[in-house]
Amino acid sequence: MSTTVTQQLEGWGRYPRISAECVRAGSRRDLQDAIASRDGKPMLARGMGRAYGDAALLSSGITLLTERLDRILGFDADTGWLRCEAGVSIAEIVRIFLPRGFFPPVVPGTRFVSVGGALASDIHGKNHHVAGTWSSHVRNVELLKSTGEIVVCDADHESELFRATAGGQGLTGIILSMEIRLIRVESPAVEMESIRVRNLEEFFEASDAASDWPYSVGWINGLAKGNSLGRGIFMAGRHAPAGTRVKKGPLALIPRRFLSGRLLQSNLLLNGLTARMFNAAYYRKQLRRNIRRNVGVYPYFFPLDAVHRWNLMYGNRGFFQYQYVVPPDPEHRALRQTLSEISNSRTLPVLGVIKEFGPEQHGGLSFPTPGVTVALDFPNQGDRSLSLFSRLDDIVADAGGRVYLTKDARLGRDAFRRMYPDWERWKVVRDAADPDGVFQSDLSRRLGLTDAVD
Amino acid sequence: MPVLILGATSRIAQAIAAEYAAAGETLYLAARDADEAERIAADLRVRHSATATAAAFDARDFDSHPALIAAAAEAMGGIDIAIVAFGETGEQKESESDFRKALSVIEVNYTGAVSVCEALAAHMAAHATENRSGVIAGISTVAGDRGRPSNYFYGSAKGGFSLYLQGLRGRMRRHGVHVMTAKLGFVDTPMTYGLKTRIPIASPEAAARAITRGIRRRKDTLYYPRFWRFVMFAIKAIPERLFKRLSV
Ligand SMILES: Cc1cc2nc3c(=O)[nH]c(=O)nc-3n(C[C@H](O)[C@H](O)[C@H](O)COP(=O)(O)OP(=O)(O)OC[C@H]3O[C@@H](n4cnc5c(N)ncnc54)[C@H](O)[C@@H]3O)c2cc1C
Ligand SMILES: NC(=O)c1ccc[n+]([C@@H]2O[C@H](COP(=O)([O-])OP(=O)(O)OC[C@H]3O[C@@H](n4cnc5c(N)ncnc54)[C@H](OP(=O)(O)O)[C@@H]3O)[C@@H](O)[C@H]2O)c1
Repeated sequence: MSTTVTQQLEGWGRYPRISAECVRAGSRRDLQDAIASRDGKPMLARGMGRAYGDAALLSSGITLLTERLDRILGFDADTGWLRCEAGVSIAEIVRIFLPRGFFPPVVPGTRFVSVGGALASDIHGKNHHVAGTWSSHVRNVELLKSTGEIVVCDADHESELFRATAGGQGLTGIILSMEIRLIRVESPAVEMESIRVRNLEEFFEASDAASDWPYSVGWINGLAKGNSLGRGIFMAGRHAPAGTRVKKGPLALIPRRFLSGRLLQSNLLLNGLTARMFNAAYYRKQLRRNIRRNVGVYPYFFPLDAVHRWNLMYGNRGFFQYQYVVPPDPEHRALRQTLSEISNSRTLPVLGVIKEFGPEQHGGLSFPTPGVTVALDFPNQGDRSLSLFSRLDDIVADAGGRVYLTKDARLGRDAFRRMYPDWERWKVVRDAADPDGVFQSDLSRRLGLTDAVD
Repeated sequence: MPVLILGATSRIAQAIAAEYAAAGETLYLAARDADEAERIAADLRVRHSATATAAAFDARDFDSHPALIAAAAEAMGGIDIAIVAFGETGEQKESESDFRKALSVIEVNYTGAVSVCEALAAHMAAHATENRSGVIAGISTVAGDRGRPSNYFYGSAKGGFSLYLQGLRGRMRRHGVHVMTAKLGFVDTPMTYGLKTRIPIASPEAAARAITRGIRRRKDTLYYPRFWRFVMFAIKAIPERLFKRLSV
């Protein structure tokens, strides 16, 4: 029998918050035991809880905590292939392998994600336009099915299950381990160029001009309107050659001392005034139009990690992230429409990111698709936030775009089905792998991903 | 210094193995689940470039113990440090109603632990030289310092193991072999998962650092977290007439 503990769980956005029955697995045998003794209850694996909404939440059922499934199983320094268990974090991979001259092929904006979560969300990074998603670099996955059986899926064997697991939000089975290919880097520094852009035209100009840089992303002010729509800072980067020195000396290469969001936990901190001040300060921080400098990987890839649990600053009402992608369009109609809708909405978009995705289609429930993606954080203002999002959903779906399920806490079924036309094919594969519908989540129930076939 | 860990899949044992691997020591990981021990060994090889071998071991299979110790010594070219880490709390209520359950608790925590320690003692005494003496570290618990209704099968078996180690310590002195008893309080492992208490729970990594430091300093008895030494001192001082009425 597995010991279960009831605890409060929430996503990174702190909404919704639920009470969940949890098992903490220290080995794959613990997971098999949990399946054997589940007593008819649904199950869901959870990594580091960095999904924003309800992807890693299961209200009635058993949540399998994987943070102690943290063994590195093998590494080939000639090729960069790393085999590790699902609970190993990207933070650990960087800590161990950066000094050996390797870096993960794709990293999100925080290093505190597990590789299991990275595959289940099929995450993208600032290099999507050249490197694709996390699963583009995974050669096989060990999956524990609801029958207790372990299958190894790869491009040849159980290839459909492999595809469905990438971006499959934990609903195909429990990821035990995977092989992922790290890339070689010559130094722990990043060459970075940042350009102040006054509007969307300037953003796309900068983004086009930087297409040969492996990393690119823009920071965008969601409050800017009219001629300034899309104002922000565009940043391109590449791993620096051997011997590159970063300006601030070796300290910039190691993680900064953590500040804690707990100190600033309040429902009042984020309001119209502070949102405006924050966005203006970020823009003004860069005085010159164009800056080139060398920085460490931590401030470059994971700037927000410098404040531990910064999500607490949104208070206990929490916040939403709205991340969407719309297909390429020379006139950027849907993009303009969504950004205007946001800046005119009396909501408080705080941190905004904009990026052009590469040409690859990943299939299944993977989010990235060719076009431009925007992600903005909004403090939870109840109906005001929700009605903005449903207006945005319509624009995005009409344009053939979609929202990122990993960031979502409220999308409706109809909008989801319009955005992910592949979903039924994905579900056929999922249902075949888990015919009893053991793997579920609050997200899958909300979106109808694990309902009995009708 | 070759290190043998018995019960290597225990979370505390894994943290101890990582400490030694980081220090460049060779490891032999013996565990009931040998596949899992192999994954732990693989992890130490990648993270620390350590030499680590995994092997199957059951604390209740007494007869197999001398051969296991010999195999470990053979593989590593000797054994300098042996950590007896395995343990089983069992369910007190189940042990009360089903003696086979109680027997398992006794056999793992006492008989099995004593069996491996005897095999180790024989091996280390036979192989002690000028520059190789050896350390046996047994992981026991503060729950073995006084019998309580809530866990006395586990407590008495571990308490018996503590007494055994005390005796062995005296016996092995003349061979230059050191014996350490680590009496642990709450540590965050499957044994305490879900425990609701106001008493601080230590991380396995902190417990491992305390244990390896204790071994370096040739401590006889180590309490970790350290405040438990005073807590147990006070608890042991309560007169039995009063203690038996306390529901602890
Ligand atoms: C500050 C911040 C920045 C981010 N930036 C990006 C970004 O740039 N790009 C991007 O793509 N994402 C980004 N994310 C999202 C993040 O990468 C994903 O939410 C990721 O899945 C989190 O991993 P986790 O270990 O926390 O997983 P969790 O949040 O715990 O779980 C996420 C999903 O993975 C499943 N899962 C976890 N472990 C397993 C397992 N072992 N087996 C099966 N299923 C499993 C869960 O069931 C759930 O569906 C960001 C998040 C934050 C907080
Ligand atoms: N955690 C605490 O608060 C605490 C407090 C005081 C003392 N201790 C002691 O610390 C030691 C380590 O325990 P832990 O906390 O790290 O818990 P743990 O992770 O549950 O470890 C217990 C270990 O004992 C092993 N084991 C049980 N029966 C066995 C057998 N017959 N043969 C071989 N191995 C067997 C288990 O092997 P499997 O993996 O195969 O099950 C497991 O590896 C134990 O001796 C325990 O009594 C712990």
